[in-house]
Amino acid sequence: MDIRPHIALAAGVALIGFSPLAAAQTISSNALNPAISLILDGRFNSFEQDPANYELPGFQAGPETGPGEQGFALGEAELNISSNVDDMFYGNLVAAIASEDGEGVIELEEAWIQTLALPAGFTLKAGKFFSRIGYLNEKHPHAHDFADVPLIYRAFLANNLKDSGVQLRWLAPTDLYLEFGVELLSGEGFPAGGRADKGQGMSTAFVKLGGDAGVSNTWQVGASMVDAKAIGLTSEAYDDPAGTPQPEFAFSGDSDLVGLDVVWKWAPQGNYKQRNVVFVAEWMRRSEDGTIDTDFGGGPETGAYSGDQSGWYAQAAWQFMPRWRVGLRLDALAADNTVSGLSGSLALDRDTHDPQRTSLMVDFSNSEFSRLRLQFNADDSYPGGDAQVMLQYIVSLGAHGAHQF
Amino acid sequence: MNTIKPLLVAAVVSFALPAPAILKVFACEPEWGALVRELGGSKVEVYDATTGLQDIHQIQARPSLLAKARSADLMVCTGAELEIGWLPLVRRQSANPRLQPGQLGYLEAASAVTMLEVPESVDRALGDIHPFGNPHVQTDPRNMIKVAAALARRLAQLDPTNAAGYQEALAAFNSKWTQALERWQAKAAPLQGAKIVAHHKSWPYLADWLGLEIVGLLEPKPGIPPSSTHLAGLLSDLQGQPVRAIIRSGYEDARPSEWLAARIHAPAVLVPQTVGAAPAAADLFTLYDAMLDALLGAK
Repeated sequence: MDIRPHIALAAGVALIGFSPLAAAQTISSNALNPAISLILDGRFNSFEQDPANYELPGFQAGPETGPGEQGFALGEAELNISSNVDDMFYGNLVAAIASEDGEGVIELEEAWIQTLALPAGFTLKAGKFFSRIGYLNEKHPHAHDFADVPLIYRAFLANNLKDSGVQLRWLAPTDLYLEFGVELLSGEGFPAGGRADKGQGMSTAFVKLGGDAGVSNTWQVGASMVDAKAIGLTSEAYDDPAGTPQPEFAFSGDSDLVGLDVVWKWAPQGNYKQRNVVFVAEWMRRSEDGTIDTDFGGGPETGAYSGDQSGWYAQAAWQFMPRWRVGLRLDALAADNTVSGLSGSLALDRDTHDPQRTSLMVDFSNSEFSRLRLQFNADDSYPGGDAQVMLQYIVSLGAHGAHQF
Repeated sequence: MNTIKPLLVAAVVSFALPAPAILKVFACEPEWGALVRELGGSKVEVYDATTGLQDIHQIQARPSLLAKARSADLMVCTGAELEIGWLPLVRRQSANPRLQPGQLGYLEAASAVTMLEVPESVDRALGDIHPFGNPHVQTDPRNMIKVAAALARRLAQLDPTNAAGYQEALAAFNSKWTQALERWQAKAAPLQGAKIVAHHKSWPYLADWLGLEIVGLLEPKPGIPPSSTHLAGLLSDLQGQPVRAIIRSGYEDARPSEWLAARIHAPAVLVPQTVGAAPAAADLFTLYDAMLDALLGAK
């Protein structure tokens, strides 16, 4: 037996003064590995209408918006890696691995660093991140209470606002939670596009106020605004619900959004284990002003466009016994657009049908790490409407996820 | 001018003199809040983030917790991943440099005591288990002596001008606590070797202190609510065993233990796991009296 390594180790331990207990612990190179978690999301969807013909009349469709695929479908597998970088910074990467046309693609959802130790209540975040506007925007889809996003998120934010840039937040030194924040973003993410203003084409601002009302109630209200510039923000060609081919079109101009959100959570004695209710409502209004470039087959043409659009959703999820929840969501959108100077009609022109949707869900969580959900949508978001049934599983592997409010 | 001058002097003096330093303490669980009050007295202002009627695993990083963490000088928590679902987020979003890793503003009680049930291997198929050991350390009052020593040291580091005061408070606490421990141990003598069924795996430290034997758990796996099949299996396992009590914490559903109680002729009792989990557990001292009374009253 070769005892030299042991002697060397003992000498090393003695030199740097480790206690025998510390020396007895396994020496490994992975002790400093970051926290890694993986979310798997699988679905079975049954729709009456072909989702390829989906449109939101009165709105320009953003990328990857719509009800999803028919039949068996894989949601995004989300890989999350996070850790403190040092005493000043925390870093986080979220990658979505999705299956598109049978091929696996990796999309960078978030990659950011955040300060931990700025004085006076300031926190700075930099990188690509989900904006902190609204209530739902910062949450990843697996943390939502429904299998799909509210219509206002689908129409105004292409599911959610994410972009590269910086975020500065200030938390007031008060017993009531009061936070102000601003973000300066590249202008690449919907509703911006084309990285206007030399890659500073979008900015946001938000304020959040919240607290407890007794031991059983918690509330939060927020207000947000987004100032976005679009250069050639393109919607892909598609077939409308009647099966008529619709041309690709692109929006250039200003897109300004304001929003209000309110959240109320109730659990008897603040004990979420047994029973609880979560109520969320958000309202958004957007005004857009600019030009539309398209081609109806007779060559490129440009028209003037100004849009005034608003919408809201209200949802409640009730955990009536441990592990079981039921939920109801109401959605509505309305658009009042003016498009002129074009030889044909686009989705933006069809603003006479106000999209609406009612959703019911029931979900079962075997543990904190697994959830099965059944959801039914009476979807009147476009003429003719659709009845949608979604069956979904969401599981979480690895590091324990955070209980975001 | 004559009226302005005294005002100016007063303003300068009040600005120059440090305000009476009251340490703001954020206590993750009520038992640590109570311990900080014992040692800090009027020199601390304590916020209890949770109550004895809440399941600590299920807390969310809600707005009020962020607001309180923003101003805290010290955060006292159990640690050992008991608060894994919410505390890392609260600390990170608190915009408070004092609470970050490596700073004096964060103290884990689990770091001061000897952990029980540290798993050899971890697998989520075994339920929501804690890789650093069972975190419910407060159910053994002997652990309070160790945590109190660490806490008094930390308070003195954060507030050196009152260091002597914290040491005195610690000495007074230790002497009162040692007497109480003797009294509790004498009182608990009849419980030696008693067989107990528990709702969740919350009680190894209590069992270690009193010599109890935990013969069954209502949860099939930690964190998974009791199911009828598991309870039926437990019922047949317990046939012929003299169970003294089926115990649950203040936040746990009474129905599973009552279902079992009706079938094995052992009482279902609420044993307060922390201050405020039952009306009798009003402070740190009455907590352990209430625990023992609940167990002794069960026959």
